[in-house]
Amino acid sequence: MTFPNPLDAQEKAAFRQGSEKSVAPVVVEARKLSLVYPTADKPVMALSEVDLTIAKSDFVSLIGPSGCGKTTLLRVIADLERPTSGHIAIEGMTPEQARLKRLYGYVFQAPALYPWRTVERNVMLPLEIMGLPKADRQQRAREQLERVGLVGFERKFPWQLSGGMQQRVSIARALALQPDLLLMDEPFGALDEITRDHLNLHLTQLWRATGKTCVFVTHSIAEAVFLSTRIVVMSPRPGRILDVIDCNSLPRERTLDIRESPEFAAIAHRVREGLKEGHSYDD
Amino acid sequence: MIKRALPVTVMTLLLLAAWYVGAAWLNWPQAAETLTRAGKPAEFADVLAQAYAMKRPILPTPDQVVAELWNSLTGYAPTSPRNLLFHTWVTAEAALTGLAMGLALGILLAAGIVYTRTLEASLLPWVIASQTIPILAIAPMIVVILGNIGLTGLLPKAVICMYLCFFPITVGMVKGLRSADPLWLDLMRTYSASGMRAFWSLRLPASMPFLFASLKVSVAISVVGAIVGELPTGGQAGLGARLLSGSYYGQTVQIWAALIMASLLSVALIAVVRGLELVLLGRAGVR
Amino acid sequence: MSTLSADPYRTSLRTVADWGLVAIAVLTLAALALPVGALGGAPVGWFGGMMGGTLAPLFLIGVVLAVVAGRSAPKRVWGAWVELGGVALAWLLPLHLLNEGVDLSAGWGLWLFLVAATLLLWRVMGVLAGVPGWTRSVVVPGLFGLGLLVGWEVLVRGFQVPAILLPPPSRIASALAAHAPVLWDDFRQTVLTSVLRGYVMGCGAGFLVAILADRLPFLARGLLPLGNLASAIPVVGIAPIMVMWFGFDWQSKAAVIVVMTFFPMMINTLAGLGNSERIQLDLMRSYGAGYGRTLVKLRLPNALPFLFNGLKINSTLALIGAIVAEFFGTPVVGMGFRISTEVARMNLDIVWATIAVAALTGSGLYGGLALLERATTAWHPSMRRR
Repeated sequence: MTFPNPLDAQEKAAFRQGSEKSVAPVVVEARKLSLVYPTADKPVMALSEVDLTIAKSDFVSLIGPSGCGKTTLLRVIADLERPTSGHIAIEGMTPEQARLKRLYGYVFQAPALYPWRTVERNVMLPLEIMGLPKADRQQRAREQLERVGLVGFERKFPWQLSGGMQQRVSIARALALQPDLLLMDEPFGALDEITRDHLNLHLTQLWRATGKTCVFVTHSIAEAVFLSTRIVVMSPRPGRILDVIDCNSLPRERTLDIRESPEFAAIAHRVREGLKEGHSYDD
Repeated sequence: MIKRALPVTVMTLLLLAAWYVGAAWLNWPQAAETLTRAGKPAEFADVLAQAYAMKRPILPTPDQVVAELWNSLTGYAPTSPRNLLFHTWVTAEAALTGLAMGLALGILLAAGIVYTRTLEASLLPWVIASQTIPILAIAPMIVVILGNIGLTGLLPKAVICMYLCFFPITVGMVKGLRSADPLWLDLMRTYSASGMRAFWSLRLPASMPFLFASLKVSVAISVVGAIVGELPTGGQAGLGARLLSGSYYGQTVQIWAALIMASLLSVALIAVVRGLELVLLGRAGVR
Repeated sequence: MSTLSADPYRTSLRTVADWGLVAIAVLTLAALALPVGALGGAPVGWFGGMMGGTLAPLFLIGVVLAVVAGRSAPKRVWGAWVELGGVALAWLLPLHLLNEGVDLSAGWGLWLFLVAATLLLWRVMGVLAGVPGWTRSVVVPGLFGLGLLVGWEVLVRGFQVPAILLPPPSRIASALAAHAPVLWDDFRQTVLTSVLRGYVMGCGAGFLVAILADRLPFLARGLLPLGNLASAIPVVGIAPIMVMWFGFDWQSKAAVIVVMTFFPMMINTLAGLGNSERIQLDLMRSYGAGYGRTLVKLRLPNALPFLFNGLKINSTLALIGAIVAEFFGTPVVGMGFRISTEVARMNLDIVWATIAVAALTGSGLYGGLALLERATTAWHPSMRRR
């Protein structure tokens, strides 16, 4: 299962542009973002006054215990939830405009593949909705399946694939839209650790190859540090940001070995400290 | 509560309104004809009043049906054939006897199917196939055949009901008897409990929710079976007989009254099953 | 509990011998001592009728040979097939005797022999039921059905049950052939005209109203309890009313069918439309797909198993509705009409033939829908079990 790494010239340029300058264009900007769920006994503050800026080609992880609002924040970016107050812009547009322009691809916790469609037709689904002609759809689906290393599985049905492979199909499906922004909600949460390592490696190579902006929700510290350029530590009740940690001390090209480096350990330590701090508020 | 009651009320009211409009529309020509024959002026209000008050309307109004029900239920002793309760009881008796027979047969078959692989492979497909047959079509046949060997009255109808009921019960019980958690079955094995023991203290209790779900379906079709079983007997007693004689003599009000009574019977029997379920399963701690 | 102390490796009587086979052998031996039937009032033994012409000994030898060969076959399944040949031979014997004019009603030797043959069949089916795939899902139920049919034939003819009570299958089959034109006319009137039209109208209406109710939750909340009520009440009862309103021809039958099939279809469609997972709906939203696209691309495919469930339930209901409505009046053709009039005239052959047609039609409709379902929902977990 070798992972193809098709770095074409255009993508290389985009990647260089993203990495060289710190003044990369802003993709997501949130100011004083709050979201309150009305419930029977008392309203729950899922997000409280969240400020966050995500620049192009960033890989940002949202980490925190369950209920800290990390998934909610992602869903607000995707216009799957509406904030109660505050301001949020995706490339200068409202989330709804961004959604209708199909600016982002979303990967859910579960693969959410349609059981009645083959792998290829699953990847082509968003393209059908966009109204692309058939030849284009097939072309793009083939490209993306190649990208996630699933050539030869086009005609299989989802249930004939392992969990890890299914999640790779769902990533290919998100990429098929050719979005600038990739939103991932604990995509590997349900997988075993060995598969997870494997997919993390795939993902970081994919990110470098495409230069996409990624927002990644996780509750694994190691996963967050391994993948991210920046880590956003969140805490629950009310959901808010505690710390934003830069991972510039790690090289942009990641291999599984860097997990043994002192820099990795230092960042992981800081994340852990941040999470602990969130807990002390709690009790 | 209001959120649920309001749409149902609105729908029911709409249905009643549609009924009245339909009754006026369907009875109109006949009503107008009656008036002109009597030499009275056929004004709109007169025709409408006549349409709602005919003796043999094409579609009786709900109030006519209720009045007929009321007269029949209160005007005669419950043992009189002119009282609908008498007919309802005849039908209910057949339906319940059939249900009991179907229950016994269904549970027996289900236990056999669950415990012997040969039966499962050979019988289960036929149990399912048997229900794709429009069995109600055979009802008159069964009544006549059983009549030939001297069985009349309750039993032929009950046999029809039994045949109709056993299928949901068999299928539900096969599912139910298999619904016991494999972990619990393993636990039983660690106690070296016998197969019978496991059946009585694990499989049977686990199947109860399934049994009641099937029973509710079975009760309803058992009533249908009893009614259809009464059609070929020539109409002496039972709700089906009332339907048939009503249709012979064009007594539409009588047909509707019998229909309403049949629905009430069915709903009441299902309510009894539901009550039993609540009492039995509530006590056993199953939700 | 008492055996706890006993040696667990002790050979017990249970494991020494194949007691099922012993039972079969004992039954067969006992059968040999009894007559197989009577010819002209005089009992006929197994071997006595040789010059009279019965070939009973040949059948007996054939069966014994088949069982011996089956037992010594290298594989149990092969042996089972050989033993099946023996069973078939055993059940052919009464048919042969009947052809020879032997009266079987007192032939207790023969009946005992047949009990043994049935036991053998049970064992064969037990072996075959252990073979997964085609053998288990088609051959075993097929054998069971065939056994039932042959048993019916032999018992009815052997004990001379009057045809007015129960004719043998062979007689029903010949009635089917003899009355084919009449039966075809009935089939055309009831199934091709009334059922098909009513079914399409009822299911179509139920489906469309469900789609509408899905968009207007108020309508759904009002209709669902009514639908549940309709499933509890004997809807067939409206048949006499519909016959009064729409006349004797197919329109009244179709009306009954429409009323009977509408609610099951609506309830199933609504349940199916509500079956999509949150995450899948979110996915469609993230693609900016509107109501229509979500319906076509996600919710209807997801609802297919429910739709087929409704269609399958309704196929039987429609047939019942048409036949029962015909009891209340038809033009002088139709399956319900045939059954009710010929029963009254004690013409039971044609009634049984009509019932056979109805049974085949019902199973055919159901089976066709099941095949269609298999073809369109092969992806569904319930269809996937190998």
